[in-house]
Amino acid sequence: MRLLNKPNRLMLTRICYASIFLIVMLFSSPAWAQEVAPQDNATQEVPGLDMSEATIAKGKELFVGRCQSCHAVTDEVVIGPGLKGVLERRELPWLLKWIRNSQALIQSGDPTAVQLYNEYNQTQMTSFLDLSDDDIKAILAYVKSAENQQQEAAADGAAQAEGGEAAQASGLNSSYLTAILVGLVIVLVLVLAVLLLIVSLLTRFLKNQDLPEEDLEVVNEKIDLTAPFRSKAFLTVVGVFFLLVVAKAGIDSLMDVGVQTGYAPTQPIAFSHKLHAGKYQIDCQYCHTGVRKGKSANIPSANICMNCHGEIKRGSPEIQKIYAAIEKNEPIKWVRVHNLQDFVYFNHAQHVQVGQIECQHCHGEIEKMEVVQQRSPLTMGWCIDCHRKTVVKAEGNDYYDRLLQFHKANAGKKPMTVEDIGGLECSKCHY
Amino acid sequence: MKEKQKIYWKGLEELTNDTDFVKKSQDEFPEFPTAEELTTSRRDFLKFMGFSLAAASLAACEAPVKKAIPYLNKPEEIDPSVPNYYASTYAQDGEYCSILVKTREGRPIKIEGNELSSITKGGTSARVQASVLGLYDLSRLQGFMENGKAADMAAVDQKVIDGLKKAAQSGKPAYIVSSTIMSPSTKAVIAKFIEKYPFFRHVSYDAVSAYGILKANERSFGKYALPAYDFSKAEVIVSVGADFLGTWLSPIEHARQYAQTRKLGGDKKTMSRHYQFETTLSLTGANADYRSRIRPSQEGLVVAALYNGVAQAVGAPTVSAPAVKVPHIDKAVKDLLAAKGKSLVVSGSNDPDVQVLVNAINYLLENYGSTIDLSRPSFVKQGNDEEFLRFVEDAKKGNVSAVIFYNTNPVYDHVKGAELAKALPKIALTVSTADRADETASLCRFITPDHHYLEAWNDAEPRAGFYSLAQPTIMPLFKTRQAQDSFLTWAEEGISFYEFLRSYWRKNIYKGEGSFEDFWTKVVHDGVYEPVAEAAAEKPAFTADVQEAGSRVARRYTADNKNIELVLYQKVGIGSGAMANNPWLQELPDPITKATWDNYVCVSKSYAEQEGLKQGDVVKVTANGYSVELPVLIQPGQAPGTIAIALGYGRTKAGKCANNIGKNAYPFVSIADGALVYAQRQVSIEKTGATYEIAQTQTHHTIMARPIVQEATLKEYQKDPAAGRFFPAITIEGEKVNVNRTIPENKAEELNPRLITLWKGHEKTAYRKNHWWGMVIDLNSCIGCSACLIGCQTENNVPVVGKQEVINRREMHWIRIDRYYSFDESIDTEDKSYANYQKMEDPADNPEVVFQPMMCQHCNNAPCETVCPVVATTHSSEGLNQMTYNRCIGTRYCANNCPFKVRRFNWFNYTNDERFQDVNYMSQTDLGRMVLNPDVTVRSRGVMEKCSLCVQRIQLAKLEAKRAGRKLRDGEAKTACQQACPTDAIVFGDMNDPESRIHKLLNLKEFDNGDIKITEPRAFQVLEEYNVRPNVTYLTKIRNKD
Repeated sequence: MRLLNKPNRLMLTRICYASIFLIVMLFSSPAWAQEVAPQDNATQEVPGLDMSEATIAKGKELFVGRCQSCHAVTDEVVIGPGLKGVLERRELPWLLKWIRNSQALIQSGDPTAVQLYNEYNQTQMTSFLDLSDDDIKAILAYVKSAENQQQEAAADGAAQAEGGEAAQASGLNSSYLTAILVGLVIVLVLVLAVLLLIVSLLTRFLKNQDLPEEDLEVVNEKIDLTAPFRSKAFLTVVGVFFLLVVAKAGIDSLMDVGVQTGYAPTQPIAFSHKLHAGKYQIDCQYCHTGVRKGKSANIPSANICMNCHGEIKRGSPEIQKIYAAIEKNEPIKWVRVHNLQDFVYFNHAQHVQVGQIECQHCHGEIEKMEVVQQRSPLTMGWCIDCHRKTVVKAEGNDYYDRLLQFHKANAGKKPMTVEDIGGLECSKCHY
Repeated sequence: MKEKQKIYWKGLEELTNDTDFVKKSQDEFPEFPTAEELTTSRRDFLKFMGFSLAAASLAACEAPVKKAIPYLNKPEEIDPSVPNYYASTYAQDGEYCSILVKTREGRPIKIEGNELSSITKGGTSARVQASVLGLYDLSRLQGFMENGKAADMAAVDQKVIDGLKKAAQSGKPAYIVSSTIMSPSTKAVIAKFIEKYPFFRHVSYDAVSAYGILKANERSFGKYALPAYDFSKAEVIVSVGADFLGTWLSPIEHARQYAQTRKLGGDKKTMSRHYQFETTLSLTGANADYRSRIRPSQEGLVVAALYNGVAQAVGAPTVSAPAVKVPHIDKAVKDLLAAKGKSLVVSGSNDPDVQVLVNAINYLLENYGSTIDLSRPSFVKQGNDEEFLRFVEDAKKGNVSAVIFYNTNPVYDHVKGAELAKALPKIALTVSTADRADETASLCRFITPDHHYLEAWNDAEPRAGFYSLAQPTIMPLFKTRQAQDSFLTWAEEGISFYEFLRSYWRKNIYKGEGSFEDFWTKVVHDGVYEPVAEAAAEKPAFTADVQEAGSRVARRYTADNKNIELVLYQKVGIGSGAMANNPWLQELPDPITKATWDNYVCVSKSYAEQEGLKQGDVVKVTANGYSVELPVLIQPGQAPGTIAIALGYGRTKAGKCANNIGKNAYPFVSIADGALVYAQRQVSIEKTGATYEIAQTQTHHTIMARPIVQEATLKEYQKDPAAGRFFPAITIEGEKVNVNRTIPENKAEELNPRLITLWKGHEKTAYRKNHWWGMVIDLNSCIGCSACLIGCQTENNVPVVGKQEVINRREMHWIRIDRYYSFDESIDTEDKSYANYQKMEDPADNPEVVFQPMMCQHCNNAPCETVCPVVATTHSSEGLNQMTYNRCIGTRYCANNCPFKVRRFNWFNYTNDERFQDVNYMSQTDLGRMVLNPDVTVRSRGVMEKCSLCVQRIQLAKLEAKRAGRKLRDGEAKTACQQACPTDAIVFGDMNDPESRIHKLLNLKEFDNGDIKITEPRAFQVLEEYNVRPNVTYLTKIRNKD
């Protein structure tokens, strides 16, 4: 039926893409040249700031820990001002003073400081007396580098926008192919219909003629379509097949009892992880404070919400619910999404801190979820599967020294998995 | 044939091979359910099956919506699932213990010992461990009461203040009646109160009084105080009726000191020698090297004889007292004299004259300043019997205007209780601060319930200069108010007790070094402040008239009383009965009698035979114009011609668990010269014809006549450290060799039976990967106090099953303290002469005792694991025998195959079954379930369970080490039983860690082939010949006798 075999089709597609891309490139090249020029300006060194990778990494760590809950690296206002271009707006020595102890600067009567303070509704910025000059410079270096990256991203964005057109062009191409295929199908159906018509016409014609017995038999032959279906062999096969399907479905559904993959209940407050963890990139541990300390990751208490929402979006009806809860002195009753049975002991600290497993590993792409959904089945098979595959993060942790030594002596170069150190034993999770 | 092996037995029924016992011992389980459980027919069963299938499939359609409710405002120090520990103080009922309270999500769930205290040094007792359950007791009052009806707090206060003002005008005296108050600031609060209402007098008394010692010390040294004893320095200990390891004064402290002198190993090859003269077999008597049985009427004369012996030797004047024929007195005197300055004589008598003689003995032996310290006396008991009797007389005369009962319940626990109950209505203002409407409080006009001690600030001074602080670990559960706050309110002081406490400490205890805030924070953190812990004890001057005391003793005691005598004693669990409404304590098998849920009449075997009494026959005991009907329990070691009844039972208003359990024995207490005497010289016993079954656990889970406990005398041990060990032998290549030791080095490894195994993965390096958990229990330091049992029950959510289920042999304790009696001498089994039988009878009457804690032995070749059809019990690579509840289907094959009988089956869903409402109502309510440990699964019906070596604690300790990126340190993972033990008899640890205590204790030797072997000669494993290779090891019991 197919007109083209696979390699040929691919070839055709590639030719189409290539030619369209070439045409687009031809017209868009001036735009590229324009965008590239400012990028060169942006990578310029800022005097007094060390823009080495190590410093930027250190700065990023500090920024995530200390600054991110109030400041964005873009020009967006979170609680405090967005930090895009802050090095152009302010002098470095002023910034050092301000970041370390903004209140002292305000009280000293510094006009810029006072103006800034009043501009942001007299919200006090936390003092960071423990940060050294180098620390603050590292943070600023990170802010600067993030700024640069934004510009690059913007440039990329522009490029991508144009690339998009190309993609659209190739999209046209594929719908073309479909149209051809659909046309072919229609033609074939028509051919079939015509053929059937001819057969019936010929049969009718032949019936009206005087034909010998044998020929008549052929002409009048009726095909009994149901005969094979009534045969014993067929019924047995179908019966067995049916039973197997039912059994499989039955076992599957039994195995699924209590498995709530995909469970996404409506919460009393429409909290969006997509916004908080995705868009604003607030670290998971900022709210789930227990994740490195113990068994429970902790659903954040209302006072953690208030760290930011004491200022931000106070008027939103969803956030008003938090205020109402605090006023009524009634805790918020969230609906539990991930329910482990009582007889299973699961400890977040073991997995997140010691095992260095990302939250997403079990919880799915939480930063893209508007409403939290259970992504993993949380069955024992699923746990065991991971324990079989996961290699223990033993480097740099003295606890595992003896185990590692033993493993190397007995298993050679095979990496040491959780299973190898007893991760499948009952009492690791059941007691 | 002469058999040299000792004969051990757990109960007389085992010794005499009672038919019922033999029948029961054949079966692991009492197979047949009781009649009421058997009401289900086959048809019913099918119906239930059909229904439950339908119900299950319906229920499976939609999982229930569960809520996750975070804090509204999370306190910084609380992280859900992470426990917090707060130092506090347990000071109740004359017992002191410095503790750490483990809280989870803000609720106390476990009590642990505080190692910073130099008094209790991290030890605890069964009662201390169990006290946490009292917090969640719904029998506590939930608000103020007036005339038996709930009342408003402010209104009650106003009425009390009005009443107090009216009382002031009446001109009659008023009383604050309390038990011993160890708290200095509470005493200051009462002083403030009396300052405001000067017509008040403070009277304190103790249910089990130590007035005799207090009075004797006043006479001997001019100090109304209890001395602090140091048993750890004593080489010879003589106790006349003092149960100092179980119930006398400060048992946790004494037990630790005592155990120090009993430990052997390494270079230490000597231990103390302990003589006990007593009537009924006590915990202390059970640990003695020499135990003599005396009548209560002989007690004074025994002390006098000891005094005369010592006095004669040191050239002091003797006293004239009738001679008394009691074995071992002369021997004890000889040993005491040999250990001058390093000995200790104590007496449990409440007779001041007897105690003066005891003081004189200790003085002559120069024990003051070494084993006895009176310069920093103990304050655990301060009650004054005479003052209390005067108060009762005043009340009877109607000469009392007001009375406030604080922390006391005299209507129940005093011999004059009934008279006081009659007199109370004559008093215009009666107030009780009891936490429940108990026997006394229910007769008072007002009850202003006190907080539970875990809800309140408090302090204690158990010993002069040793301060201890208590802090609240939970918000008050009910609308109660701390008694001290009540006193301050009524005195119109306008200050809270917390502020008062702080200012008291600032003024009187804080020495001005550093800031007070720092000092306070440190004390709150540590729980104790002991500025004088290092000071040396002084030697006081003895001033009492020994002759006068001696002559009074001679008059008061007789050597040959022919009547039946009664002695009253306290049980280790229930004590004086103040905490009786605690199902854990009620179900705690008494270490000696192994009886639960009752008190009873202990009689000696010879007396029972003579009177034709059988165990369980109900008798009526009459004395002092009071009589009770109680069942008979035949108690080996009971002095002939005496009976014993435990105090603390027969509560009527304590709560559902304690009400009408046993009979009250306090009315049997007699009074002599103003002091309470816990004995009667003449009682009459009548058979009633009724019988009553006592729920005893002693022969449950029996292990028949196998060599389970191994012991030797000190002399034998000094000659051969492996003395007393039993070495099972097998025949290899026609040669009889010891299973574990004498395989010649050149013999092939496969001939070593220890290394032969049926299972895969049990090769000799199987447990060498990282940790190899093991436990060592020193039978020489284990005193049988049962603190571990309650510690385990709390930690592991072990259910309470109630009396009937204990009778059905279905108790659930994961750890049991096996108590074995044994013959003193080897018996010629061929000799059928009368004299030989008599010889057999005598030791059965006064046997030696061995305690052996028995829990899952975590066998490396575990018989239980092999027979489980669903692999619910498996072995871990760390040597643990794991039990997976959710996999268990309840075949009970494992328990049947366990040679140690340590597996427990859940016959019911104990925590959610109305039939257990009366037994343990705490577990049936959400409030009571708050005590459950959230890290341990609550087992359901039809599931097997057993000791897990506290795997949850092991896992937590490992996690903490991993989080810090370091190796696990020895002592970080402690089992609950080890933590609770006051004598450090249980050592748990990693046998692979050469630095660990267990490694050193067992003298583990590692071989090049990866094998590891125990070389400590005292170490033995129970039933070694089975080759099940337990990870629990015992050290032989050594007795210091000739």
